[in-house]
Amino acid sequence: MADEKRKHHFDKRDRRGKRKSEEKVDESSPVIAAFRGYQQELDERYDRYERIIKLSRDVTIESKRTIFLLHRVIGSEDREGLLQQAIDKLSEIEASKFRPIAEELKDEDIYQFIRAYTSGLQEYIEALTFYNFLKNCGLIKLEDVQKRLTFTAADDSNSDETQQKTQAPVDGHIHVVIPPIEYILGVADLTGELMRLTLNSVGKGDFETPYKVCDFMRCMHAAFVTMGSMSRDVVRKTTVLKQSLQKVENACYTLKVRGSEIPKHMLINVLTCASSGNIPGYADEESVEDDP
Amino acid sequence: MHVHNDHINKQSYYLFKLTRLMATEGVKEIFQDFQVYLEHEQKLREDIRQAVQNIEQNAREMMTLLLSVHQQDGIKQTPSICQSVSPMFHVIQEKMRSLAELVPANQYYRFNDIWRFVVQRLAFLAAFLTYLQSETLISRTTVATMIGVEVNREDGFHLDLDDYLQGLLQLASELSRLAVNAVTAGDYARPIRIARFVGDLDAGFRLLNLKNDSLRKRFDGLKYDLKKVEEIVYDLTIRGLKPNETAVQSI
Repeated sequence: MADEKRKHHFDKRDRRGKRKSEEKVDESSPVIAAFRGYQQELDERYDRYERIIKLSRDVTIESKRTIFLLHRVIGSEDREGLLQQAIDKLSEIEASKFRPIAEELKDEDIYQFIRAYTSGLQEYIEALTFYNFLKNCGLIKLEDVQKRLTFTAADDSNSDETQQKTQAPVDGHIHVVIPPIEYILGVADLTGELMRLTLNSVGKGDFETPYKVCDFMRCMHAAFVTMGSMSRDVVRKTTVLKQSLQKVENACYTLKVRGSEIPKHMLINVLTCASSGNIPGYADEESVEDDP
Repeated sequence: MHVHNDHINKQSYYLFKLTRLMATEGVKEIFQDFQVYLEHEQKLREDIRQAVQNIEQNAREMMTLLLSVHQQDGIKQTPSICQSVSPMFHVIQEKMRSLAELVPANQYYRFNDIWRFVVQRLAFLAAFLTYLQSETLISRTTVATMIGVEVNREDGFHLDLDDYLQGLLQLASELSRLAVNAVTAGDYARPIRIARFVGDLDAGFRLLNLKNDSLRKRFDGLKYDLKKVEEIVYDLTIRGLKPNETAVQSI
């Protein structure tokens, strides 16, 4: 494949009429010899980068699906069943996507490739923290997420999608290292899902979740504000977080004030109208979040 | 349906009270840890930035000195200029080593945007110096040795391939300028040699399958450098100023 590409490059050059001199120089010149080495090195790096990007894209897609699945948990008859499905999905992402990424990153400087998988990783963290919030009502710790992305040779036999093509890693562990900043950004995305969860749960007659989410998000917002403006990403996500928080706060307000006087099935309408233009707001938030 | 929900609500009520407290406590703890991490990172970045600024100072001095070869009488004084620049690399080596000590193992690329610019500048200086001394293309290993870093990533703080290549592209630009000034200074053989050298470099670079990044952008400028040098050779040739081959070869 790479060879074909190279050939193609040469063909282009033929038209520029440089072919003769180049072919002459090719094998004799030490410059050319050195550059052949660099060519190989660059190709290897770029290829690895591309492979990781592909895996990361799959992680994003699957994680998004998991998040949708998790939204169905609220008001469902089969809460545990759905949660189980979600965690199974996440485990599968780990085994079939993150494991190959970990293999690509083995013995590499992860920061050289971090941009290739940051979006997938954040989306996965969003899904996992969301699952954990629904299941255990708290924030999963970075160490616990890291544990899930640490693989041993034994893991291979457990997963249904055994990665036979990859050579068994030498003793010990391989992992997709999660830089704390990525974790925090993933957690920031979680708040958007929590806001949606709140509105959904009211619709389903669950009046506790809003308060719970509200507490949780206030706490998170406070933490983000304390962090200050250390990176553009954090600032951007803090803004989105605040918008989501206000929607949840308005929802709680409406619940408190009008909760007793309106039938449940009508409350959801009041609520969506009360949180000032919620429907367009919802769309706004989505577009900001997905901004690459 | 209604009854069912009520049941769930009652059941989860006590649990809810408890978890509400636990959840927020957990969040606080997590963010406190992160705050510590952030402060540490900021401090480290600041330290690295200072070390890099320090090196930049030296690099600027070397640059000023080395670029004096462009001056009217500079080309004739090339050997003495090289002699005064050459030992300045010892200071660079020392400073690069102390910079390297700041960077945690396997985290070169976490911070390399801080020193990338100066390393490219240093790679250029080393390449230009070597060219002026021997009219040869400096190898990656030699650049690494001159500025006091490793060649391979596995060995620690190293010379990133991109930075080395960027240094070479800067060299090509500088040489096209030198070709112009050589003619002005009455040296008609040098541009011919520069044209060959830049031609080789161009042939080499065209072997690379570059991505759409800064290296690619800079590489796109190489053809203009080459064109300029070729034009000089053309000008010399049609005016019969081009020296014969033996005169060109003697350095």
